[in-house]
Amino acid sequence: MNRLEVKLPGLDLKNPIMPASGCFGFGEAFAKLYDLNVLGAIMVKATTLEARSGNPTPRVAETPSGMLNAIGLQNPGLEEVLTKKLPFLSQFDVPVIANVAGFSVEEYVEVCRRISQSPLVKAIELNISCPNVKHGGIAFGTDAQTAYTLTKACKAVSEVPLYVKLSPNVTDIVEIAKAVERGGADGITMINTLIGMRLDLKTRKPLLANITGGLSGPAIKPIALRMIYQVSHAVSIPIIGMGGIMTVDDVLEMIMAGASAVAIGTANFTDPLICKKLIEQLPQRMDELSILSISSLIEETRKEAHG
Amino acid sequence: MRVENMKVISNEILVSNVYELVLEGQMVEEMSVPGQFVDIKVPREDLLLRRPISICQLDHEKNQVTLLIRASGDGTRALCDVKVGETLDVLGPLGKGFPLDFLNKGQSALLIGGGIGIPPLFELAKQLSLKGVKLTFVFGFQTKSAIFYLNEFKALGEVLISTDDGSTGTKGTVETILNETLKSVNPDAVYACGPKGLNRMVNLRYKDHPHAYLSLEERMACGIGACAACVCQKDDGSDENLKVCEDGPVFKSGEVLV
Repeated sequence: MNRLEVKLPGLDLKNPIMPASGCFGFGEAFAKLYDLNVLGAIMVKATTLEARSGNPTPRVAETPSGMLNAIGLQNPGLEEVLTKKLPFLSQFDVPVIANVAGFSVEEYVEVCRRISQSPLVKAIELNISCPNVKHGGIAFGTDAQTAYTLTKACKAVSEVPLYVKLSPNVTDIVEIAKAVERGGADGITMINTLIGMRLDLKTRKPLLANITGGLSGPAIKPIALRMIYQVSHAVSIPIIGMGGIMTVDDVLEMIMAGASAVAIGTANFTDPLICKKLIEQLPQRMDELSILSISSLIEETRKEAHG
Repeated sequence: MRVENMKVISNEILVSNVYELVLEGQMVEEMSVPGQFVDIKVPREDLLLRRPISICQLDHEKNQVTLLIRASGDGTRALCDVKVGETLDVLGPLGKGFPLDFLNKGQSALLIGGGIGIPPLFELAKQLSLKGVKLTFVFGFQTKSAIFYLNEFKALGEVLISTDDGSTGTKGTVETILNETLKSVNPDAVYACGPKGLNRMVNLRYKDHPHAYLSLEERMACGIGACAACVCQKDDGSDENLKVCEDGPVFKSGEVLV
């Protein structure tokens, strides 16, 4: 038996580790560095109906143990994603999770409908939490009723399971999580970035052209853990956890908090081989901690949360 | 492209805050095009983003690459503090460099650089010189004491210097030299790398030149074309972006908005 495998709606994962959306593009560059077949899954860059050029530069800034980004959903649009970007990934035996973003319910629905028809796409990650675009993105993820309505509309047209990516920039993330579960979500991915900013002391201006950006990296890990713990106690759908994972210990900690799989974001920038390394290191660390399998660890955590 | 722990062979300070690092490793075998860069992991746990550094000089016999780094923030400071014998985690070689195949012996090239933008022009100059291309360098520095690699460049061609404060050479910028001293010069190729102002000037001045190329800089995260942080806009009326790390860092004049 494969002690790393995890079964989630639509996703047979050979291990619980996957690159997070926005940090891996569509895999082209990373495929030059290692065999992507080792990955549990791949969460590809957010796709909108039309091409988007994103925000002005600078789009990234650094902060201790973290980084801020304000890319602004730059992507070539649904048509090119379907015809040029996704086909590249067909050479790998790895489930693809398509990240869908939009600026209206109609746009989200249309992208979900069409992208879920791609034979490569095994699940959708509904991005209702991008903090870097005006109107849209996060606006759908900070109000429970709006999140519920959007989830329901997208679920109705999606031919693959629907995961909803939650924003931590809310007063009560549990309320949003319950709303998307009610709306028919098959799973939750969390957390997206936290809104932050930094300034340049010489120019006295913000470092990012967008003024604010999304904070990611180990700086946000304790927040991710806390929120995953809270949400996993309140909903029964599975969670793919993310937020500052750099090490195998971080992977296991997130699963112990209530995640059933994890996504690696910022760490891909620090070390482009990180996903491969974590997958390789995981069994030994599990041995040291007497963890029989990832699924047994998930089961154990679940029992504790739900009795 | 690979990730490799490269050994630090030497680390010398050239002028205030500018260090010359020589790294050794197999990756050098993959390096040949001047203007490409490497992305180096900062040897500090709390700094997550690699630092893109241009290739200054290659020694294929020794598998060594020379990098000139200006310690201008915490990350580059940590890179410059590295000791001989230690290793640095390097991703590279990255990006598209300066085209030079079109030049032949006896033709001329003008290389325009500013401050820490000058290093990638050195390997370019060496390769052009080997081809027998006649070289003129126009370099801008803040002040006389900031000048580095002057003798190295002088060995390859004529060097004209401007300084902001006039402490040596022409007082002003490289544009002052282009307007006054080199007004009637018509080079077969123009290459540039410098701060934004210099790049913008070159991009406009040589917009219609058939062979003018400039190397751009932008804040990067992944360095390999995945994250879309380091973009610049195409100058063709579309609002399409190119990525500095993957489509550049070298662009043809007029190709993108600087």
